[in-house]
Amino acid sequence: MLLLLAVLVLSLAVGAKPLSIGQAWDGLLHRGSGSYTVVHQMRLPRTLLGLLAGIALGLAGAVMQALTRNPLADPGLLGINAGASAAVVSAISFLGIVSFAGFVWFAFAGAGVVAVLLYAVGGGRGATPARLALAGSALNAALYSYVNAVQLLDTASLDRMRFWTVGSLAAAQTSTVEKVAPFVAVGLVLALLLARPLNAMAMGEDAARALGARPGRAKILAIVAVTLLCGAATAACGPIIFVGLMVPHLVRALTGPDLRWLLPYCAVLAPALMLAADVLGRVVVRPSELQVGIVMVVAGGPVFLYFVRRPRSKVVAS
Amino acid sequence: MKPAGVKGAVVRTPNGLSLRFRPRALAVAVLCLAVALGVSVLLIGSGDFPMSPADVVRTLLGNGTPADSLIVNEIRLPRAVAALAVGAALGLAGAIFQSLTRNPLGSPDVLGFTQGAATGVLGVIVLAGGGSAAVAAGAAGGGLLTGALVYAVAGRHGAHGQRLILVGIGVAAILTGVNGYLLTQAKITDAARAVLWLTGSLDGRDWADAAPVLIALAVLGPLVVVGCGRALRMLEMGDDAAHGLGVPIERARLIMLAAAVLLTSLAAAAAGPVSFVALTAPQLARRLTRTPGPNLLPSMCMGAALLVAADWAAQRAFTGHQLPVGVVTGLLGGGYLVWLLVTQRKTGRI
Repeated sequence: MLLLLAVLVLSLAVGAKPLSIGQAWDGLLHRGSGSYTVVHQMRLPRTLLGLLAGIALGLAGAVMQALTRNPLADPGLLGINAGASAAVVSAISFLGIVSFAGFVWFAFAGAGVVAVLLYAVGGGRGATPARLALAGSALNAALYSYVNAVQLLDTASLDRMRFWTVGSLAAAQTSTVEKVAPFVAVGLVLALLLARPLNAMAMGEDAARALGARPGRAKILAIVAVTLLCGAATAACGPIIFVGLMVPHLVRALTGPDLRWLLPYCAVLAPALMLAADVLGRVVVRPSELQVGIVMVVAGGPVFLYFVRRPRSKVVAS
Repeated sequence: MKPAGVKGAVVRTPNGLSLRFRPRALAVAVLCLAVALGVSVLLIGSGDFPMSPADVVRTLLGNGTPADSLIVNEIRLPRAVAALAVGAALGLAGAIFQSLTRNPLGSPDVLGFTQGAATGVLGVIVLAGGGSAAVAAGAAGGGLLTGALVYAVAGRHGAHGQRLILVGIGVAAILTGVNGYLLTQAKITDAARAVLWLTGSLDGRDWADAAPVLIALAVLGPLVVVGCGRALRMLEMGDDAAHGLGVPIERARLIMLAAAVLLTSLAAAAAGPVSFVALTAPQLARRLTRTPGPNLLPSMCMGAALLVAADWAAQRAFTGHQLPVGVVTGLLGGGYLVWLLVTQRKTGRI
């Protein structure tokens, strides 16, 4: 929690016009102060958006890992964010929809379709983590080749979309934040409520039924939660991968496998990581910026490789 | 007399050499090759200056009018040959990868080699602004570096199965991020050019573009198909069985991996990362031959047929508006993939 607070403050302070922490605080609270505009117009929406997207992606990753019982599940890696991207790109290019309120519904539709498809694959008998990861990344490749194709035929939207498709918080506006917040909130509540049934399902569906959970309903709700969270996050800041993969693993090392602890911790740690990546992206290539999605991939990829390489890794043994 | 349990025809020479071949696989390969060549003739005949297939064949044989032979030999033949060679290289590489990873989805698109080639090219276009030769070199270099990286990370015994898949996916994700970054750093004209390349296109390919992949195919094709096809078939039965049958496992695997990466990279250098040919060609070939095993030769011919057909469709699909071939393969391949996921999920093969 403290970590999150620290990163929040940093995210307000660091940027093209660096502010001291005191100045950032001043700008946040006092209308008259010199840093008010910078903080309220640029930094605050960006920070809040990072917070929301981080919560959404972290929770979505944790729920997916529990649902598929697959340690490699990640909304970005498995193509759910790509599904949302493909839908959004179609909306921008074919229907001329540019407002966030317009294309967020497309993002939900795209994310939902891919989530259901992947669950169908991942839930099949004999689906190992590697198989699911492979199916997901093949799907990713297909969806991105579609996204590329659309961009190619429409250079005007390429200019707008090439920043969106790498995953960026830079274009954040207060209105976007206001529109994402309710979806993330619903997803958050849903995910936290699912902690108990998903816990029970970790032992298998029969055991879960014996313990009084209703696996069928829990599964559907979990897919709805993942769709809401991923769709909202992707519509707001483009596809960002590896947050949903890394955070639950890091948190599991702290809390153990109990989802009632795991999910809240994810909801705190994931935004912290997200904002840290965003701050890092603002610092490393001054005066320009590195998009948060890129920082996340470059930092998260090696973590993924580490999990794969670990000697007694369950991922590979299965 | 044929021993029981061995399928296919066996040819024996008096001095003790024997060669077994499967008539059906051979027939499929010949059929695909015939389709590939037939569509190539159509491809050469279509364009702003249409020619009948008979004219094309006559010109190719050297009996055409000067105007015809200029158009065919200088403009359209290189493109058709590049399509054939790139398709064959991708089909062969895909068959090797699917056999090595023992998974029908283990194609170079998914395992990061294509992304590596793309990183090399983007680096060249964005940072150096080089011409087509530099772009080709960038693709080959990027692909080979990625291959070395994946092999190094996957570890000494990791060049098979799940390790290779997972490491490849991780590397692919990292490289996708890097590619996205390079794309945002480019000027809009460079970015448009880079995206066109990234989709895979055969527009304006001349002999210089087709040459590297042709040479690679001529050298590596026979080496892989004749030299390593057996080893690959043994490896599919598991490492222990293959070792017991006298296959030098690590060496065979390394050679196969290097050959497949080289083919993928050079194909990408010639035409960009054309997606899904490497994924679908071996599977379609396997469905047609109905034989297990790597099906190297049929996959190769199938890849060539697929890419030529896709290029022809890309030119003809929208009149007055040529699509890059990668769009067609991407859309068709993506559809095929979804169908595969839906129908095959119960069998647990994917």
